[in-house]
Amino acid sequence: MVAAPRPAGKRAWGSPRVLLGLLLPFVLALIWEGAVRAGLAEGRLMPPPSRILATLQGLAATGELWTHALATLWRVLVGFAIGAAAGIVLGALSGAVEPVRRLIDPTLQALRAIPSIAWVPLFILWLGIFEASKVALIAVGVFFPVYLGVAGAILSVDRKLIEVGRMFRLSQGQLARRILLPAVLPATLISLRSGLGLGFMFVVAAEFMGASEGLGYLLVGGQQMGKPDQILAAIIAFALLGKAADSLLLLATNSLVRWQDTARERL
Amino acid sequence: MLTLEHLSKTYADGTRALSDVSLTVQPGEILALIGGSGCGKTTLLRLIAGLDRASAGTIRLDGEPISEPHRAVGLVFQEPRLLPWLSVADNVGFGLDGLPKAERRERIAHALDKVGLADHAGRWPRDLSGGQQQRVSIARAFVTNPKVLLLDEPFSALDAFTRASLHEHLLALWEETRPTVVLVTHDVAEAVTLADRVVVMRPKPGRVDDELPLGLARPRDRTGLPFEAATRRVMLALDQSLREPAPSGTRQRDQQAAALWW
Repeated sequence: MVAAPRPAGKRAWGSPRVLLGLLLPFVLALIWEGAVRAGLAEGRLMPPPSRILATLQGLAATGELWTHALATLWRVLVGFAIGAAAGIVLGALSGAVEPVRRLIDPTLQALRAIPSIAWVPLFILWLGIFEASKVALIAVGVFFPVYLGVAGAILSVDRKLIEVGRMFRLSQGQLARRILLPAVLPATLISLRSGLGLGFMFVVAAEFMGASEGLGYLLVGGQQMGKPDQILAAIIAFALLGKAADSLLLLATNSLVRWQDTARERL
Repeated sequence: MLTLEHLSKTYADGTRALSDVSLTVQPGEILALIGGSGCGKTTLLRLIAGLDRASAGTIRLDGEPISEPHRAVGLVFQEPRLLPWLSVADNVGFGLDGLPKAERRERIAHALDKVGLADHAGRWPRDLSGGQQQRVSIARAFVTNPKVLLLDEPFSALDAFTRASLHEHLLALWEETRPTVVLVTHDVAEAVTLADRVVVMRPKPGRVDDELPLGLARPRDRTGLPFEAATRRVMLALDQSLREPAPSGTRQRDQQAAALWW
């Protein structure tokens, strides 16, 4: 049994609200294109949209774009899976079990204060220059927001709802399954989203430190060979990939938190 | 039968919330606990619910001591406290987990029908008004057929019209199985509308100040003379309990005696 569906989310595409959001980048791109065509700007360091699109098309035609995008996506996916799984498990333990929290939380908070990029030299020494060190860096970046989000969500579960569970004499296991789990789900999903965002941030850093493929490699290559259109093409690919991954995560989990009395449906 | 024997509750910070409260509530009786704020009404209810432990004294339900939530005791909180991720029907059936599906569905449907929310079974709690949410919460407590139902100012946040209609829903549900009801309230009219007996409490420390059997027949005519008289009696008792404790007669006599002795 489900409440009447709220059409707000479904109609989003093509609605004036979305078109309004597209207006600004579209107009800016048109102005830049016009300026370069009219000879007002040279467009060598800042190529016009048409040239960036042509570069993207060229990369896609040779299959290079897909190789690089897939390599990047695979790294993010593996790193995100490891980091998120560790964050959920340790966050749940830390949030639900007081002694565990006292044991691990101070150490994790201290480690969190270290900028994740600072681990790079160590990871390269430990894990080599290839995939393992990159995935490790991404996993570390994803871990902390997920850990904090899950632990915080469990600690802030409403005592009043716990009491409802006690009144119906739920066991510890039932309490966890029937009240804690659904109550922490929204905050957990938000932390997963921010974790995924950080994953894309760190994959660039990881690919900067030496890679033979990946969108980050395209970026570095564009800089070294003086091809700004390639850099911008890679940046656009990143934007599309990141947005697509985020939307996918949102879509996959939306039905779990439909009950929420919030504005999430419009985000 | 619900019996409270010499119940006391002192909180960790030394506050004496309850001191030596003894009460007996008959099966099927509706008892209203009334009193100013801080007189320990809610504390008393939480002890009977088994959510808190008494510092001294015992609570028995048909002879069986209660120290933790009991199968036969239901509680309606001051706020609806519905689980926002469950539909209205699933909220009502929250305590019916062990039952076969068909019976569970039937009992949920019946309870929802009784509180007038049969059309809302599939909705989320967020889509209901405050009064509707509280009705769901009452249905959730009744659906398990408790022997004792505790109500902690469940109507205090609602407007007068909604409150009156909820009183009717509550009595309709009570008629079916006639559980013992202990109702905490600060509303005299509510106490007189619902209760067979009113217990007036006095604060610092919380204790029983007065007991008033109302002796009104049901259904009650809220405009009739007996109703008015009962209301007046409860108000007087309540006023009495809110006044600073005057030195009692015996103590005055003792003082006079002491003066004479000198």
